[in-house]
Amino acid sequence: MRKAIGIVVLAAIAAAGAGWALTAPKRLPEARFTGMTGDPAAGERVFTAAGCASCHHAPDASGDDKLVLSGGQRFASDFGTFVAPNISPDPENGIGDWGLADFANAVMRGVSPSGQHLYPAFPYTAYAHMRDKDVVDLWAYLLTLPASETPSAPHEVGFPFNIRRGVGAWKLLYMSDDWVMGDVPDAQLERGRYLVEALAHCGECHTPRDGLGGLDASAWLTGAPNPNGRGSIPGLTPDRLDWDAGSIAYYLESGFTPDYDSAGGHMVAVVENFAKLDPADREAVAAYLKALPAGGEMD
Amino acid sequence: MTRLLTAVTALSLGLSGAAIAQDYSGQLKARQGQFRILAINLGTLGDIAQGKTEYDAEAAQAAADSLVAVSMIHQQPLWPEGSSEMDMDGTRAKAEIWDDWEDFGSKWSALGEAATAMQTAAAGGAEAIGPAMGALGGACKACHDSYRAPRN
Repeated sequence: MRKAIGIVVLAAIAAAGAGWALTAPKRLPEARFTGMTGDPAAGERVFTAAGCASCHHAPDASGDDKLVLSGGQRFASDFGTFVAPNISPDPENGIGDWGLADFANAVMRGVSPSGQHLYPAFPYTAYAHMRDKDVVDLWAYLLTLPASETPSAPHEVGFPFNIRRGVGAWKLLYMSDDWVMGDVPDAQLERGRYLVEALAHCGECHTPRDGLGGLDASAWLTGAPNPNGRGSIPGLTPDRLDWDAGSIAYYLESGFTPDYDSAGGHMVAVVENFAKLDPADREAVAAYLKALPAGGEMD
Repeated sequence: MTRLLTAVTALSLGLSGAAIAQDYSGQLKARQGQFRILAINLGTLGDIAQGKTEYDAEAAQAAADSLVAVSMIHQQPLWPEGSSEMDMDGTRAKAEIWDDWEDFGSKWSALGEAATAMQTAAAGGAEAIGPAMGALGGACKACHDSYRAPRN
């Protein structure tokens, strides 16, 4: 009897140890960015496509104030309300005291400089697919933006989701090095995939989530309920969005649908950003959407 | 007896006034109609900008003039208190319109400015119409962002 209990206890300790190891934050290799210097001009294009300002500018900011990344916008979810932090280059209240490796680990691995998991309300599962050069350039550009002294507000997340270590388990399920669209036979589709799946992180809103809040990759871009509770977010696969590629590209430039209705809600910020990109980028996104299989299930 | 009858009459009139909701279907039709007129004329110009139709100077000018004409319609009678999407079905007008009436008005004026700029651009062919469409889209989006509720 005592031997049986002893075995059970040892097994439990081993399982806990394995769990602890599996959910540990996984940082990028230290040497990955040595010798790379960032180009802020190129970084500005990455910043625009990745939509950093759209979530991190102060609530109700407009115009150039959107470049002051003081945080404060609230994002409701089934797990609580997340509050965007200050990511301005302020050394005390922002991330000005971070190094390039700290920034890369946050953006591509969802790990903070102190080794904690970041909540995936920050779409690092998408940004994990970013090219190293884009991350380096983006960091250089962020450092040129105005500093904000607004302290970051804490997330309003209750037990058990306030245990950050749990996000480590979530990452085991939902972080992947694989692209969703595996086959990109030409440069335009490759660019479209990079914009949709990595930088512009369209899947975060346009793909349904399962009970653990992870994206259901088998229903990629087929639409989802609106996280703020009202209405739904449309699907983008060809069976759900029957616009031609030119109309999709024009919508991303102007906000006008083929009926000349005008975008509202969160797409306003998305269109504002896409309008600043090259026409070729908007056309690449349109080509990617037209290449999606109906129903979302990738081969 | 007379006092009792008066009291009952007054009470029932008051209650019936509350029970019969105001009929704002006319105002809804009017304001949604003006957006449809905008959409049709934006279509004429947008299709030129996108190269879907040939540039026609007269058609473009007429469309731009129509946008300006709609932007000059006095809005206040079309948006009575109690006609928000919280009060009635058939509208996506958010209650914030009445909380921030001046801001709503300034966004409507911004539409007028963008439409006026299009009146000039309409003579300049597709190259001039394109950027002016962008400015109009920005004006539409700015108001929808704050004051139009999601579709369902």
